[in-house]
Amino acid sequence: MIDLRGRPAHADTTFRWLAIAAAGIVLVVLGLIAVIMTRRALPVFSEMGVHFFTSKRWSPADELYGSLAFLWGTLYTSAIAIALSLPVSLGVALFVTQVAPPKLRRPLVYVIDLVAVIPSVVFGLWGILVLAPHLGRSFLTAGVILAIMITPIITSLAREVIETTPPGEKEAALALGATRWEMIVGSVWPHSKSGLVGAVMLGLGRAMGETIAAALVIGSALGQITANPFASGNSMPAVIANEWGEADDLHKSALIALAVVLFLITIAVNLIATAIVRRSTARSRGK
Amino acid sequence: MQLEDQRDQANGRSQRKLAYVPADHAMPDAELAPVVFELDQLAVYYGPVRAVRDVSLKIRSKEITAFIGPSGCGKTTVLRCLNRMNDLIAGARVVGGVSYHGTNLYGPEVSATEVRRRIGMVFQKPNPFPKSIYDNIAYGPRLNGIRNRAKLDEIVEKSLRAAALWDEAKDRLKTSGQAMSGGQQQRLCIARTIAVEPDVVLMDEPCSALDPIASARIEELMRELKKTYTIVIVTHNMQQAARVSDRTAFFTAELDKQTDQRTGLLVEYDVTARIFSNPREERTENYITGRFG
Amino acid sequence: MSVPELADLRARRSWRTTKNTIMMGVLGAALLAIAIPLVLVLYSVIARGAHSAFAAFPDFFTKEIPIVSRRPGPGMGPAILGTLLATGGATLIAVPLGVLGAVYLHEYGGTTRFARLVRFMAMVMTGVPSIVMGLFVYVAWTIPFGYSAFGGALALACLMLPVVIGSTEQMLKLVPGQLREGSYALGATKSRTIITVVLPAALPGIVSGALLAVARAAGETAPLLFTVGAASSYNGHLFSGANTALSVQIFGNATSAFAPAQDRAWGAALALVLLAFLFTLAARLFTARFATKR
Repeated sequence: MIDLRGRPAHADTTFRWLAIAAAGIVLVVLGLIAVIMTRRALPVFSEMGVHFFTSKRWSPADELYGSLAFLWGTLYTSAIAIALSLPVSLGVALFVTQVAPPKLRRPLVYVIDLVAVIPSVVFGLWGILVLAPHLGRSFLTAGVILAIMITPIITSLAREVIETTPPGEKEAALALGATRWEMIVGSVWPHSKSGLVGAVMLGLGRAMGETIAAALVIGSALGQITANPFASGNSMPAVIANEWGEADDLHKSALIALAVVLFLITIAVNLIATAIVRRSTARSRGK
Repeated sequence: MQLEDQRDQANGRSQRKLAYVPADHAMPDAELAPVVFELDQLAVYYGPVRAVRDVSLKIRSKEITAFIGPSGCGKTTVLRCLNRMNDLIAGARVVGGVSYHGTNLYGPEVSATEVRRRIGMVFQKPNPFPKSIYDNIAYGPRLNGIRNRAKLDEIVEKSLRAAALWDEAKDRLKTSGQAMSGGQQQRLCIARTIAVEPDVVLMDEPCSALDPIASARIEELMRELKKTYTIVIVTHNMQQAARVSDRTAFFTAELDKQTDQRTGLLVEYDVTARIFSNPREERTENYITGRFG
Repeated sequence: MSVPELADLRARRSWRTTKNTIMMGVLGAALLAIAIPLVLVLYSVIARGAHSAFAAFPDFFTKEIPIVSRRPGPGMGPAILGTLLATGGATLIAVPLGVLGAVYLHEYGGTTRFARLVRFMAMVMTGVPSIVMGLFVYVAWTIPFGYSAFGGALALACLMLPVVIGSTEQMLKLVPGQLREGSYALGATKSRTIITVVLPAALPGIVSGALLAVARAAGETAPLLFTVGAASSYNGHLFSGANTALSVQIFGNATSAFAPAQDRAWGAALALVLLAFLFTLAARLFTARFATKR
């Protein structure tokens, strides 16, 4: 009889457990963020109660922390950013994938992906020193800077969504005598629209969470809830970055509470976005 | 459930009547080459689906045994039982006996990796690693703990010579194995397999991705290799089976109308010359004469 | 329809073709709409940054940062070192963990509940704003241990980890199953197969994904703001003492009223953009190598 018994495979087992542990780190870090941050935020939640969310009065000197105006600032600047970025990034993504001569496509994609890594603080620097002297520090300036920042990102994502359109569907439209624009409307758009909604939502998540670019150009005005785009205001991450340096204990707790709320909002936006993207890719695969 | 049992019984009866014919019934066992594998009423399940049933045959040492049959007849499934590659498929389950030199391959103490070190496999699509030709062949010996450079050099040369690839590869041992032509890649995979000096080489349609000239070279190589190794080959090319093999097993698939599932089974197993000239089974004859397939 | 009419295949103008031309023009205009601001930003960074960074070459890259910000003169050396320390530290933490985690997800976990949970949470983690990571590390690390480049590295690693996991898993998916089978058929164990066949086959893609994550991390400001401190002199220690970083210096100097400080911000911005581009281009090179090899 030959010996086919296995040798003890310690290396195999060790490696497997290492891999499991590495994967588990994700859960550990997220758990720690949730627990540690919430615990630090508790003092201000118990101090302010529901007023933390409903009041727009933020006055560290009086130990009053109402975050409503910052929530407004975050949503308003992000909305401006998306409104400006949406048509541009969809247009560029369609241009790159459907219109540009094949020779130009790859270089264009390279350039878009390259500018997508320009650090946000650089946009912020340009915003405060070049744009703000003309436009002032305001919701609009912050929105414009955020729009420039997220457009390459949304374009990249949108391009990936559009490229999943089966070539057969496009060729079918062209073979029936459709013009290129009719092919985009008839084949590309129906196939990609829900994926594109997801891409835009992911961009929205980035815009809402962006700290530095907004902190530099939004103007740091307190208590501003106005639709006037030229007014100065503040957004949640901008407040944290601008006030952290001189904050005392309760003030820090309030800033951490802002971070917790921001965390929850961006997670919600990202979850919705991912659900939409996933549903659309699952559907197109099913077809 | 009761219905299913009855069906199984019915199948069993027809199987006894038709399918299993002991190989070389005319000759006493002692005069034949020693048995390497003995399959006894083997069945393989993928989850609830039964892929193959009732396979019983003996594979003999230093011969080429060919598995032929239409697609979906389970010939590859049976081949992958012989070195426990089926273990890698989630939900795969083997029922019945698979013994290797008298040891139950699926016994509780048997390790699949130990089995595979003795029973090598060449795949349908050449799958050289994205490494140099040298490292591809040295991969197996290194697994077995050989680190000595001179020893590895020797193994690489020997394996490449045995795979009839030495002349083409000796000046480019450091180049990527994936840069070779399809036929060369397949011979590289054969060299990689025999570098660990296995007892058996399993080949799963090794020529299906190759052109006729490259296929002919592989066939030539197989005849050479059988002097040293026991070879089992799955092929969908009947001429190839007729040309190279000593024994042939013909498989087919049956459709269960109630469950709409196909299950493979062994129809006939015999000396190759006999299968192709004078098969006992009508189904075999129909297949090799091209009337069904 | 008569035959000559049928044979007339010349292009005809119609509302359809006109609309097509107009819409193609609109799409092209979108490209201009984003190109113009981006060119303006890059122009400012290059023109004003080069003026500041290369006027006193190589002092700008080596000298320490003036303590009095209105004093003119070069110096971003400590910030460059700090950025490299924090980014390098983050890479050393996040890349091995991320690759191993992805190996678990793709090679072991598959669709098990734990693997799906991890995949989901990694996606959640990708969306966590960077300032939240910064505050988290401030509370968990900086309060007990003080400012250091390592605190920044931890915060950046938290941002990089899910990105590396995601990109590595994508690359592992591209490794053909036949390669794994080839290795198993030679009697290799699972860990051996992963280490000697699967990971080397996916390596260029993994490196490329990691480099893109590094490029993104190097430019982050918010996670470093609360964790590395604000030193103006060199600190080569990873684990101790306040440090600084290019992004933090840009943020600090951007709001300064003094022209010399603003100049230094532009110079730092140029250095940071070059660094991020360098990593991105390196990633491209790796992807290109991967593509030609197949």
